Amino acid sequence: MDAIKASTRRFLGGFFRQADLADDTDMFASGFVNSLFAMQLILFVEAEFAIQVEDTDLELDNFRSLDAIARFVTAKRAAADACDAEGQPDAADRTTVS
Amino acid sequence: MRLTEQQCRDRAAFRSFVAKEITPHADQWDEIQELPPALVAGLAAQGYLGALVPTRYGGTGMDAVTFGLLNEAIGYGCSSTRSLLTVHAMVTHAIARWGNEAQREALLPGLATGDLVGAFALTEPGAGSDAGAVLTNADLVPGGYRLTGTKRWITYGQRADLFVVFARCAGGLTAFVLDRDSDGLDIQPITGMLGTRASMLAELRLRDCTVPGGRLLGRVGFGLAAVAASALDVGRYSVAWGCVGLLAACLDVSLRHADERVQFGRAVREHQLVQRMLANMATSLEAARLLCHHAGCLKDLGDPTTVTATWTAKYFASCAAFRSAADTVQILGATGCGAGHPAQRLLRDAKIMEIIEGSTQLQQTYLAQAAYQAYRL
Repeated sequence: MDAIKASTRRFLGGFFRQADLADDTDMFASGFVNSLFAMQLILFVEAEFAIQVEDTDLELDNFRSLDAIARFVTAKRAAADACDAEGQPDAADRTTVS
Repeated sequence: MRLTEQQCRDRAAFRSFVAKEITPHADQWDEIQELPPALVAGLAAQGYLGALVPTRYGGTGMDAVTFGLLNEAIGYGCSSTRSLLTVHAMVTHAIARWGNEAQREALLPGLATGDLVGAFALTEPGAGSDAGAVLTNADLVPGGYRLTGTKRWITYGQRADLFVVFARCAGGLTAFVLDRDSDGLDIQPITGMLGTRASMLAELRLRDCTVPGGRLLGRVGFGLAAVAASALDVGRYSVAWGCVGLLAACLDVSLRHADERVQFGRAVREHQLVQRMLANMATSLEAARLLCHHAGCLKDLGDPTTVTATWTAKYFASCAAFRSAADTVQILGATGCGAGHPAQRLLRDAKIMEIIEGSTQLQQTYLAQAAYQAYRL
């Protein structure tokens, strides 16, 4: 969880001043967040942690804070591991266009 | 710009198709403000409409760079045709990326074969650059949602079979997939636009228009942050590459005319002030192509910086395309101003590129912010 938070914090450093971003800071309450930030955050989470954000994952509570993102990524990885153990594909094949 | 051997082969095939099936007809389509159904069938047969549909749903599953090369090739021949490809790709992407499995299985095969053509219905009379100002409303009703509102300037709306429509639902912007034959949907053609005149714009009037619950795309409240944002990124990328093609067309027309036209006893190409315009055009073309290629490579890597790279590419390419198109008309003089001449179509189309998928001013605002983010100031 700490490693997830650390790399996410580095990514968010381009958008938020580090001192303003505690693990439980609600980014959506800051008023800064817009759709372009949200899109980049989703792309970052997918690329950095090798997971696929699905339509069913679209919940503010999954991305609200560093703590929330770390919990979400950890849960997705656990689900992917379970799929791998059962020999099931864990994500649809997709073109690479974001 | 380094391409794979496959990308080089694909680019040659795209250019061959465009030279035969699109470029010779572009001025006529511009005049009649219509794209022939046979063209759409031809695009589908080549697999171009399924460019962003994964192969397991019958699509071509192109990588981002190849998709860009396709847009450049078509943008060279006809920006109206490229506009059709753009909005169709935005719809296929939105469904492939944010649809559930039932939606993907039901819709993507038809979108890949061209049996279904998609259009993207976000813009409203009062909501353009400010997408959050959408007023179209969606109320939850038994079996689905009831949509009421007006969508305007919807590319290919005159012919599209289905629309990704954005409406305010429970306070948040939400995306829906709406069939053309839905009750309560009235479609009115829009004609007489300045440029991309064959892109068959329409106004969609939704009056108590019911969409089944199974056609909700993504989640309620995530229409803008997820569905629209990623689809508009695809659209911006497509338009940016289309501008590269338009720029290349400008350079071709200008070089040929400046070579053939004689004034003051020598070819126009030998006049230094004309050379200045040609040099700027050639430089802009190379720069725009490299920016687009860079954005595409980042997409293929899944790198989030592709978002800003795509804005940069579209900003540069669209501004350069308009400047180059204006210079092309200047070099050609009265010839380029004549009815039915490609130069005047290129100029009118280029102006549209500075407005769609993020106006020049919106891009400047975003890119200034992005520069502060990059420098962490």
